[in-house]
Amino acid sequence: MNKLKCECGHFNPEGTILCESCGKPIEENQHLDGNDKSKLLNMRYEGSARRSLTYNRTIVDKIWNFFSSVRNGVILIVIALIASGIGTIFPQAMYIPANAPNRDPSVYYEETYGILGKIYYQLGFHELYSSWWYMILIALIGVSLVICSLDRFIPLYRALKIQKPKRHYSFLSRQRLFSETPDFSPEDKKKVVENLKNMRYKIFEQDGQVLAEKNRFSRWGPYVNHIGLIIILIAALLRMTPFMFIDDYVWVREGERKVIPSTDGQYYIENKKFHLEYYDEDDERYKEAMERMGQLVVKNYQTDVVIYKVKGETIPGQEPELEKVTEDAIRMNEPLKFDGYRLYQSGYQENEFSTMTFGIFAANDEEKSFGEFTVDLMSPEETYELENGFKVEISQYFPDYILQDGEPTTQSKFPKNPAFVFRVYPPDSDEPEVSFIGIGRNIDPTGENKYRLGITDFSTHYASGLTVRKDLTLPIFVVGAAIFMIGVIQGMYWQHRRVWINEKEGTLLLAAHTNKNWFGIKRDIEKALEGTEINMVVDQEEEDLEKVEQTATQE
Amino acid sequence: MSLEEARRKKHDKMKRRFFYRSVVLAILVGALLFALISNFNRDKEVYRAGDEAPDFELVQINENNELETVRLSDLRGKGVMLNFWATYCPPCEKEMPYMESLYPKYKDDIEIVAVNLDQSELVIHKFINKHDLTFPVVHDKNNDVMDLYKVKPLPSTFFIDPEGIIVEKVEGALTLEKLEKYFQMIQP
Repeated sequence: MNKLKCECGHFNPEGTILCESCGKPIEENQHLDGNDKSKLLNMRYEGSARRSLTYNRTIVDKIWNFFSSVRNGVILIVIALIASGIGTIFPQAMYIPANAPNRDPSVYYEETYGILGKIYYQLGFHELYSSWWYMILIALIGVSLVICSLDRFIPLYRALKIQKPKRHYSFLSRQRLFSETPDFSPEDKKKVVENLKNMRYKIFEQDGQVLAEKNRFSRWGPYVNHIGLIIILIAALLRMTPFMFIDDYVWVREGERKVIPSTDGQYYIENKKFHLEYYDEDDERYKEAMERMGQLVVKNYQTDVVIYKVKGETIPGQEPELEKVTEDAIRMNEPLKFDGYRLYQSGYQENEFSTMTFGIFAANDEEKSFGEFTVDLMSPEETYELENGFKVEISQYFPDYILQDGEPTTQSKFPKNPAFVFRVYPPDSDEPEVSFIGIGRNIDPTGENKYRLGITDFSTHYASGLTVRKDLTLPIFVVGAAIFMIGVIQGMYWQHRRVWINEKEGTLLLAAHTNKNWFGIKRDIEKALEGTEINMVVDQEEEDLEKVEQTATQE
Repeated sequence: MSLEEARRKKHDKMKRRFFYRSVVLAILVGALLFALISNFNRDKEVYRAGDEAPDFELVQINENNELETVRLSDLRGKGVMLNFWATYCPPCEKEMPYMESLYPKYKDDIEIVAVNLDQSELVIHKFINKHDLTFPVVHDKNNDVMDLYKVKPLPSTFFIDPEGIIVEKVEGALTLEKLEKYFQMIQP
């Protein structure tokens, strides 16, 4: 690579547009920044060599240059935007309504949305946000972020570090703010520098040439906020690993102990009791609010649980050896935390039957009872023998009874609507009577039964729904977001201002540049020049625009 | 600086730039691959054809069968039909007679392990008696094995070869012909 030697003696990297030291425009590279078409110099990156514009040899370079382009980055973002929108046309697979006739995606979309739905499903759009191509798209944006930042920050940092107070005439005269003062007094110059110093400008001197600079750190703001964004993307990436993030759900019935899903079979939970409390309807404080609601309002959803951890090696299916980890209450919005996991009270199911007590009565006299027996609906016995010699056998048991195609059957394993076919053996008899009994149903198939069964008592239990969560990525997100905000404030609140005061052959050259808020820096300069004969800077932008228009109409 | 030195310096610069950019790109590509693979693995915790069937042990409750417990790894050397079912699942009831009819013929080469997901043993015994089943039936009371194999719809059947590798996963009821075809696939 050719190092470009400037007349000031400094060697610039290939592709530099303005000398890093004195700012003199390097002839052969002016087209890169568009300086050949305008009077004012393009100061965006201090005229430094953005490497992507210069090297394009190896394949590595070509890939690098592709990602270094902000235009390409924006295109990637627009594509991601459109893709994300497509995912909202039809509900994603996990949001297929629970009461849909068929929740299998291969059937649902075509059934509900016709041909469009079928295409949607076949193109994989029903699981868009976790698809490999969507992830690649987001990852490409991340790559673009990194490379754009690196490619601009490094040359800019170099340039702002190397710059010298002594600047070439053409650099100064082609700044937006510029003035020349042919006869000036050294006291005036000293006064201006003093004034600037009092306005908190940092003064650099080199052979009597002066640079007054303020808030250079503000230039790094955008790069800081990009670092914040990259950290957020890393956190999002880490979220994919089960080690860092878990989101699952478990239903536990009162008295039940089962494995907590997504914990690799290592943790068990036992539901000791579920509490559902309402606000007292007579409580003065809440009476009005409740009347407005028109119904009772729940005060507390709470599950008392015990958490166990598996000890030693186990194989699925076997009863594992457990040791207690903790015993606590989970309330809505008050999760139980243990070993990095968190359990939230999420839902509940009430009035699931636990036990049912049946009485044997005379068919023609409901008052005459022949005893009772209680059936545990979760694990019923085959036979129940009463003290008075009666024996009842369960012929069929339907935990969740429905009639399907005229046949009695059960639709689930949970005792939500228990029904039985009982065989009742009177004492010392081998001839049973068959009865069918369920809730609100009592059928004598023969019509001749001497005995009748009736439900005399029952107990219910709750099932508690708990969300299982583990999220170690949250702190990383917070850090990334904080850095992002710091970067935004750093870049937006302050402005980087520079005022050059150079002498050339008895003339005082005054030039200034800022990255934003030109009005502010003009005011600063006015204030600094107060009480001196130095000429105020002229804003050359008007003329520059004219020149740009001229060149445009000429072409 | 002589021409030689200048040329060497230029080369060094080029090499340095190439190295630095390649490293950055390699890290980014690595991160991308990591993300893709993690995502791929995430919903591929589901076991499918080609995977080794994970081991488990459950108590056998069919009184018509001599086995006391069933440990999957003990069945190496025989093909295994691992069938997940429940009494409240009508298609499961449909395929049971087919399974029972083929069982005596293939008994020496293939073991049927019917994993039941009902709550109470009572209903399982009623069902077994109703259909006169003779193959091993195990009761997955806590749903541990169902969670392990990530079984969702019922019936779900895994056909496992004598080396313990899943050959096929089938969701839904099987016809007699299909069932026999799969049996022949997993014969030793």
